[in-house]
Amino acid sequence: MSHLTLSAINFSWLPILPLATVAAGAMAIMLIGAGVDDEDSASLGVLALITLLAAFVFTIFTLGENSLAFGGSLATDDYAAFFEIVILIATALTVAMSLDYVADEGMAGAEYYSLILFAAFGMMLMAAAGDLIIIFIGLETMSLAVYALAGFLRRDPRSNEAALKYFVLGAFSTGFLLYGIALIYGATGTIGLQPIRAALNNTAAANPLLLLGLGMMLIGFGFKVAAVPFHMWTPDAYEGAPTPVTAFMAVGVKLAAFAGFMRVFMVNLGPVSAQWTMVLWTIAALTMTVGNFAALVQQSLKRMLAYSAIAHAGYLLVAMAAAPRGMAGGAMLYYLIGYAFTNLGAFAIVIALERKGAGGAMLNDFRGLSRSRPGFALAMTLFMLSLMGVPPLAGFVGKFYVFSAALSAHLVWLVIIAALNSAVSVYYYARVIVVMYAQEEAAPAPRLAARPGLLVSVIVAVAGTVLVGLFPQPWLAAANSAYASAVGRSATRVAALR
Amino acid sequence: MTPIIDYMALSAVLFAIGVIGVLIRRNVIVMFLAIELMLNAVNLAFVALGRRIGSMDGQVIVFFVMTVAAAEAAVGLAIIISMFRNRETVNADELNLLRW
Repeated sequence: MSHLTLSAINFSWLPILPLATVAAGAMAIMLIGAGVDDEDSASLGVLALITLLAAFVFTIFTLGENSLAFGGSLATDDYAAFFEIVILIATALTVAMSLDYVADEGMAGAEYYSLILFAAFGMMLMAAAGDLIIIFIGLETMSLAVYALAGFLRRDPRSNEAALKYFVLGAFSTGFLLYGIALIYGATGTIGLQPIRAALNNTAAANPLLLLGLGMMLIGFGFKVAAVPFHMWTPDAYEGAPTPVTAFMAVGVKLAAFAGFMRVFMVNLGPVSAQWTMVLWTIAALTMTVGNFAALVQQSLKRMLAYSAIAHAGYLLVAMAAAPRGMAGGAMLYYLIGYAFTNLGAFAIVIALERKGAGGAMLNDFRGLSRSRPGFALAMTLFMLSLMGVPPLAGFVGKFYVFSAALSAHLVWLVIIAALNSAVSVYYYARVIVVMYAQEEAAPAPRLAARPGLLVSVIVAVAGTVLVGLFPQPWLAAANSAYASAVGRSATRVAALR
Repeated sequence: MTPIIDYMALSAVLFAIGVIGVLIRRNVIVMFLAIELMLNAVNLAFVALGRRIGSMDGQVIVFFVMTVAAAEAAVGLAIIISMFRNRETVNADELNLLRW
């Protein structure tokens, strides 16, 4: 397809082309899947990958568009495109690492892959939201699909329990988010994100409806990004869900939740940032500390990575507490790229070592991995070092940008807490490396059949972790311009309204 | 005409009942009912505010919320049923397989 035909497409539906592609792919897989045996479900996975690739290409075409579609409901800016691209890559890696897992566990392939795509659709919608209804619909489309995915091993009581806990607390938090939306609607008289910013610029911030609404939305988003004290569901849901779904939850859901959180708070509630940065300061400090200390004692790798995901949400919130000042937005977007590659890679390794029906690898399963499977051990070492924040990997550069953004906003104490927390985290990440290299394996590891999808996703994750860290400039530039497109457009629009 | 504050107060009370219900009840189905109550409290707030502000947005959102609540019921009850098939309980306190 050449560029000419695409640019001739009617302007108003180019913005939803990536979204429509993913949704159409999900429905097609569900229909075609009716006639495909579960043993052959990998072909449906390949169809999902093709869909994601097509959506990726269409997203590239929307770059630099920076317009609003559907009466302001959908934002087609670089911010949305940035998140859509990262979400599409994360989804593709999830599908790739699921290909053999789904067939091995005897899961229903058609439903699995279509739910993954529906969730990806919701995530992308959240990133592209132009008003609060779209945030809500995107969030729910994503969440409903992920609740079902978490309980996908429906004969496994652990999977049931993960899904149920995730569902009850997720629906509970949605109630808070919606109540917040209602109150903000009452305070500003509009649900459009840009009109809200304009209204907030013109009115006093001390409106009780607005403050209550802010608090309620903070609770709702806090649940979704797994910030303390709203994190209770995270370890259980991550541990019980099928491992590729855990990877998807840790990366995709977090990306989308932060996309919505950042757009609503940093961009559109920016004018009243004085009201919420102190709250975020506290939440960030708590989130980092609880996440890191709880991770210290975990024996299950999935549970440890769950607490590590909580801790990383804390680091991101550090930047968010610095939000309207400095380069915090760009730093957060950069951090999220590195976080996505590193975590997907780590979970892929966990999948590789998982034995059927055992429900996730324990730390002991990693003993002697450096001798039995040196390639995987090396990759896992890289991921752990990146999560730890060792230069020159993506995790280090991301932390560097996030902390310096917070410093430039004079959040000295918060950065000190964050740095101490990073030091604590070295213990549990390094433990994995020590177990792999210094301990003997108890029993010879069973030889597994080669799994090409898994192998490809590990290789891509390694490449991402290393390249994003070694050459941060282009990624950071993209992150900064993406964030600027969300803020800048709002700012000019506000100026025009005045 | 009833002043807006009455509607908002009723909505806040309903929402609070929902929140308390989720926090203190241990039967998962009752917790789910309490969540539905929270969503309906929000719906009340939306219609009242929409009428007060004089825009259709508030009325329209309610339809979206109702649709989502219906979808949520379908997924949620499916999860509860598959849970019940394996464990024969809907008591939240007995969901203790996943712990450290």
